[in-house]
Amino acid sequence: MATQGAATSDFIKNLGRMYGTYTGGFLAFIILLALLEQVGVPNKILGYFFVFFTLAVYAIIGVMTRTAEVSEYYVAGRRVPAFYNGMATGADWMSAASFVGMAGTLFLLGYDGLAWVLGWTGGFVLVSILIGPYLRKFGAYTVPDFLSFRYGGNFARSLGVIVLVACSFTYVTAQIYGTGIIASRFLGMQFELAVFAGLVGILLCAMLGGMRAVTWTQIAQYIVLIIAYLTPIVILSTMKYGIPIPELTYGQAIVDITAREQQMLATGLATPAALKPHIQPFINYSPLNFFAIIMCMMVGTASLPHILMRYFTTPSVREARQSVAWSLFFIFLLYFSAPAYAAFSKLEVYTNIIGRDLSAIRPWLFSWGELGLIQICGKDASSIDAVIAACKAIAGHPGVVRLQDFVINTDVIVLSTPEIAGLPYVISGLVAAGGLAAALSTADGLLLAIANALSHDIYYKMIDPNAPTIRRLTVARALLVGVAVVAAATAATKPGDILAMVGWAFSLAMAGNFPALVMGVWWKRTTAAGAICGIIAGFGLCLFYLVTTRYFPGAGVKYFGMTSLLNPVTGAPVVDIAKAMALPNAMESFPTLAHPLANKVGWFNLNNIACGLLGAPLGFLTIVVVSLLGKEPSREMQAYVDEIRKPRGRTVLEEKTT
Amino acid sequence: MPDSTSIKQNEEAHWRKTSRLMFTHLGIWFFFGFVIHMFVKPLNNIVIPILGFPLGFYMAAQGSLIAFVVMLFVFAKQQDKIDREFGFAEED
Repeated sequence: MATQGAATSDFIKNLGRMYGTYTGGFLAFIILLALLEQVGVPNKILGYFFVFFTLAVYAIIGVMTRTAEVSEYYVAGRRVPAFYNGMATGADWMSAASFVGMAGTLFLLGYDGLAWVLGWTGGFVLVSILIGPYLRKFGAYTVPDFLSFRYGGNFARSLGVIVLVACSFTYVTAQIYGTGIIASRFLGMQFELAVFAGLVGILLCAMLGGMRAVTWTQIAQYIVLIIAYLTPIVILSTMKYGIPIPELTYGQAIVDITAREQQMLATGLATPAALKPHIQPFINYSPLNFFAIIMCMMVGTASLPHILMRYFTTPSVREARQSVAWSLFFIFLLYFSAPAYAAFSKLEVYTNIIGRDLSAIRPWLFSWGELGLIQICGKDASSIDAVIAACKAIAGHPGVVRLQDFVINTDVIVLSTPEIAGLPYVISGLVAAGGLAAALSTADGLLLAIANALSHDIYYKMIDPNAPTIRRLTVARALLVGVAVVAAATAATKPGDILAMVGWAFSLAMAGNFPALVMGVWWKRTTAAGAICGIIAGFGLCLFYLVTTRYFPGAGVKYFGMTSLLNPVTGAPVVDIAKAMALPNAMESFPTLAHPLANKVGWFNLNNIACGLLGAPLGFLTIVVVSLLGKEPSREMQAYVDEIRKPRGRTVLEEKTT
Repeated sequence: MPDSTSIKQNEEAHWRKTSRLMFTHLGIWFFFGFVIHMFVKPLNNIVIPILGFPLGFYMAAQGSLIAFVVMLFVFAKQQDKIDREFGFAEED
């Protein structure tokens, strides 16, 4: 197949020109829409243009890169250069939560929110030094492939699949939910319809070409999302401080915020209870929970299958390492800008909303109030009259917006920044396209991880090892569609817990995968029995802690000695356990979040999102103890581990590819 | 078999160096990921001139992130150098 090889190398050589042209085309498209806005094309039409044009481009890339080869479908033929794989990983990694939610979290939590910024970046160091390049050398298609080979077969493989599905499914549901929110807000579509429109977009990208198609669309999606994220704050920074580098100028915004906080307290616009100073650490999370979240997110990063499998696609181990560095660079561009978003919008809210007369509230706020995302005086701020009526109902209300009157949903911060700053609508449309790109690209990666585990690990490796290529790929595609439809159907029910569960995914991945993966490479003495016990113990403990504290808090207190979490500032318990346990619904299972104990009990004052911190150490300990009790792994297996450690030479696992 | 013992020794020396590099980077990672943020309160008393950031806040918002990115590029270079030194690097 010499001609095909030559065509591929041509393709790789031309990547720079192709994506350069694409970026230029996208910028030209934005300018064109800006011109259309000037001549009076309505906002809604502009929104449709943005969403459908970008979706069409992703779909075209997805269809053009379709493939009938197994290695192309699972690992993009292992030909993706480090730089481009870095970009694709960036899009794979940054989800709707990063694009839309991160800045809002920083807005609400101030310094403590930076635990997420740190946690979602530092983990790539662990990917590179401990795991990623070694798995690339091993030559796996999926993470369970490695577990199965190293730890003696299909039992370890099934455990790997269970961990993978547990941490990826809720995550992908949250992405589809995100596409629904964005499409319904900007296109005025019905939420359920928007969810299924998003689903079609995802499937068009991933179904025909698997990893190969997802790779090349993720790069296109990264370019859209980073332009969309940076444009509004670059404009804002230039308008406010005259320098188009928001990451430098927001230092001044922080100084202004701190000054305004003092002023609001002095003039009675804020009470000390309602005001959380932006730069003061450890008022939302205790130091233990702050560092526990950082640790779990970092180690979780290094254990999430949809991230690890991106490094299976590079041409060499060397490029896998370089690729991790490029990934973090591209992720860094967004994450070090998120605090700037938070600071600029906080300053805007503090100076232009707080202290403003109720009758003079700016109208952009009401479109979010109608959706229930902004509340003033305890009611949705849907119109001026509604706000005035709500505030009149509060005794002694001064008639201006006070800090304690104002509640904003964290998702609004990024999406509304262009409106707050009075930028043309085209920028809002751009931001929506960016948020959509972030959600779609992550959903693609996650769906592929789940569907590949089911088609490759369960179907091909465990059920029918003799399946011909065509049937393998048909099964893979059918499962991809199946998983996607189930995820979309789940998202369409708007499950309340789903967004919190994204955080859980990291802890579950950390507890289930990290010890077995790291020890498999770094300690030859690790035995199959040790690793299997380690996965069960670590993952089990983490899952137990999550499920008990969230769904069976009464039982946790009664049978497992859990106590109330503590307030990070005062150190007092957040719930009165004795009183709550005396309530008739104390022992209720699967309670709503309004239940007095749900998510508020635990061991050692540890937040349940950080349960990986309990599970992973237990996993390591179990692996060491059980391994030492058993017989040393065979000479042959130890030789394989030596092979994994050396970049040169053939991959350990040779797949039948045709 | 002197040949196979020398391969073995070569492998072991390569892994020793690789492990040392790993632990060095793990240490730096721990410092920038955790240790420095334990001192956020005293660090916040230092304000970065011109930009206006309190240093403790800046380290969590940007400083550590820059350190991670730089570390990863440096690590890729260093590990490649070790692999080449022992003849275990892939062909270019």
